[in-house]
Amino acid sequence: MSPAPLLSIRGVKAFYGRIMALKGVDLEVNEGEIVTLIGANGAGKSTLMMTIFGNPRAQDGAIVYGGRDISRLPTHEIARLSIAQSPEGRRIFPRMTVRENLQMGAAVLGGAHYEEDLERVCGLFPRLRERLDQRGGTLSGGEQQMLAIARALMSRPRLLLLDEPSLGLAPLIVKQIFSVIRELNQKEGMTVLLVEQNAFHALRLADRGYIMVNGEITMTGSGADLLRSSEVQAAYLEGGRH
Amino acid sequence: MTNLARATTAAADRPGTARGGARAVPQAPSPQGAMAAALKDAALAALVMLGLSFPILLLRSDVGSNNELVLTPRVPLVVAACAIVFFGRLAIAFVRGAWRRSHPRRMAAASPVGTRPVVGRVAGLLGYALTGAAIAFPFLAAYALGGLTPARYWIDLAILVLTYLMLGWGLNIVVGLAGLLDLGYVAFYAVGAYSYALLSTTFGVSFWICLPVAGIMAAFFGILLGFPVLRLRGDYLAIVTLAFGEIIRLVLINWVSLTNGSAGISSIPRVSFFGIPFTREDDGFAATFGLAFDPMQRIIFLYYLILVLALVTNAVTLRLRRLPIGRAWEALREDEIACRALGINTRNTKLTAFAIGAMFGGFAGSFFAVRQGFVSPESFNFMESAIILSIVVLGGMGSQVGVAIAAVAMVAGPELLRRLEILQVVFGEHFDPNQYRLLLFGLAMAAMMVWRPRGLISQRTPSVLLHGGGSPAAAPAEAR
Repeated sequence: MSPAPLLSIRGVKAFYGRIMALKGVDLEVNEGEIVTLIGANGAGKSTLMMTIFGNPRAQDGAIVYGGRDISRLPTHEIARLSIAQSPEGRRIFPRMTVRENLQMGAAVLGGAHYEEDLERVCGLFPRLRERLDQRGGTLSGGEQQMLAIARALMSRPRLLLLDEPSLGLAPLIVKQIFSVIRELNQKEGMTVLLVEQNAFHALRLADRGYIMVNGEITMTGSGADLLRSSEVQAAYLEGGRH
Repeated sequence: MTNLARATTAAADRPGTARGGARAVPQAPSPQGAMAAALKDAALAALVMLGLSFPILLLRSDVGSNNELVLTPRVPLVVAACAIVFFGRLAIAFVRGAWRRSHPRRMAAASPVGTRPVVGRVAGLLGYALTGAAIAFPFLAAYALGGLTPARYWIDLAILVLTYLMLGWGLNIVVGLAGLLDLGYVAFYAVGAYSYALLSTTFGVSFWICLPVAGIMAAFFGILLGFPVLRLRGDYLAIVTLAFGEIIRLVLINWVSLTNGSAGISSIPRVSFFGIPFTREDDGFAATFGLAFDPMQRIIFLYYLILVLALVTNAVTLRLRRLPIGRAWEALREDEIACRALGINTRNTKLTAFAIGAMFGGFAGSFFAVRQGFVSPESFNFMESAIILSIVVLGGMGSQVGVAIAAVAMVAGPELLRRLEILQVVFGEHFDPNQYRLLLFGLAMAAMMVWRPRGLISQRTPSVLLHGGGSPAAAPAEAR
């Protein structure tokens, strides 16, 4: 592993009003890794994702990306540092076509490599190629998730943040999306931070995992170790492999 | 669940909702039930009519011989009105029921996806047709009415329509594209008008120099409004912009030393043909071009001036929509948070929308000033903002052709209703359409909101279409 991690979060606290949502979180993502963050509803996973993007701002601690503290930068400038996210709830632009959505993803690069990248994401998600001129809002949930990931990839990120890509999707689609994530990681060396509730799939995919409870990291380890841990099995894998 | 299963559930859902919608109208299982429902519905409508009749129809007020108020009850009229509503409503219910039975599932079959490009193409053709009609209009009117002078009323009306059209298109950038609800757009119209009025009367600067200055001034005010409202959305934004419009008007009234207060600024120099005045003199327009002098020449020139200004507004908007900034506006309307996450500077995006929208308002304002020759704060009250916003909403937010149709309907509509003498055939000799025009207009507006709640043209045309070669790549590559 390289000496300095690509993303390093140290002692980050974040608040919604007076409520402390993150209570001093430490997390590292090394270049070329898939790291997953597991936790129940309201544990603060998505908040951490949003805090990396500066909204809400980290009130304490540091978020260092590529050797630079980004915790004071405005959101749109963070997005220009080759970090991309597929946010919670996908947040695609429903009245714009798939193609226009993808163009928005490429906005950071000012249109350089647009054709090439369009081909690339359509290769990853052939469904999107069929739907290029359809409005985003008319896509199915799985297709919208694909679009959200594809849109994030259009900016050629070094680090891809994915917030619950499996939420509300059929198992077959989840499998498809996870296999694309694996492909991106193995073929292109893309670094991925994956927030998930679907612990089984996420831990199987990830190199390392973090478990978050009530705004704090309670456990960390390799994906395989966490899958075997009895605590994780009891709390997140109840009922086995679902 | 597989995709197939998902598709079947979706398909199972759809007819369900269609049936649910139809349940209000009699199409219930048994004919007796349908009859009862229709009767109930009709009775309810008649009751509403009765309620409405009391204040409007029941008593006729006249001035008697001793100047006293004479009230004549008109019970038969009320009964007739209620009966018309009752049986009319009943008839509608039966026609609808028959239609549903003979055309089952029509509505469910309509596909929202396949029809879209066709809608775009039709709107595009309609746009060209309207442009052609607008260019030919003064001559058509003159031909139809036997000369330019008799056609003056119609050309003046067309100028008014085009002014509002330009304002509508300008506001469409802010409201339709960027999704920022602006209730104070008239402020920029006022800034443009006063810019020209003050510059021309104080310094004698010509219209053609003032026009860009007025645009820049208005854009500056747009940014001034934009800064404090950057974090606001929806209702809150609407309130602040409403206040902004009022502030501008009140400043114009009270800053007497600059604006001459509510008396306004008069004797603003009239428009010239690029420096050649429209006068009878030897250096006037007619003499220079060897024509006979006709005061209508100035009016025709004004008509084409506002037509060109409006078309420029339209062309710029259509162009911007294809550029990254235009796409950013639309994305901002859809989802501000996603925009920021994609590296869009939402502050600058909003400010440019306000500035460019305001700039066109400023152009229209200076045109207004040069046309009227007189400006006063009275011309820039909230009603104007409301009309302009109605044009945008009625047209279908973001649709250029829709806004054009709505501008004609909103501005020319009430004027045309003045001339509905034909209704006298129905309502008798004493019917004066003038008195009913706003009522009719209100009815038309209400009907619009029922049948087309998202505006005349509610389908958004994509800024890039189909699998064309270079164009999608060229668009993002152009900027930055």
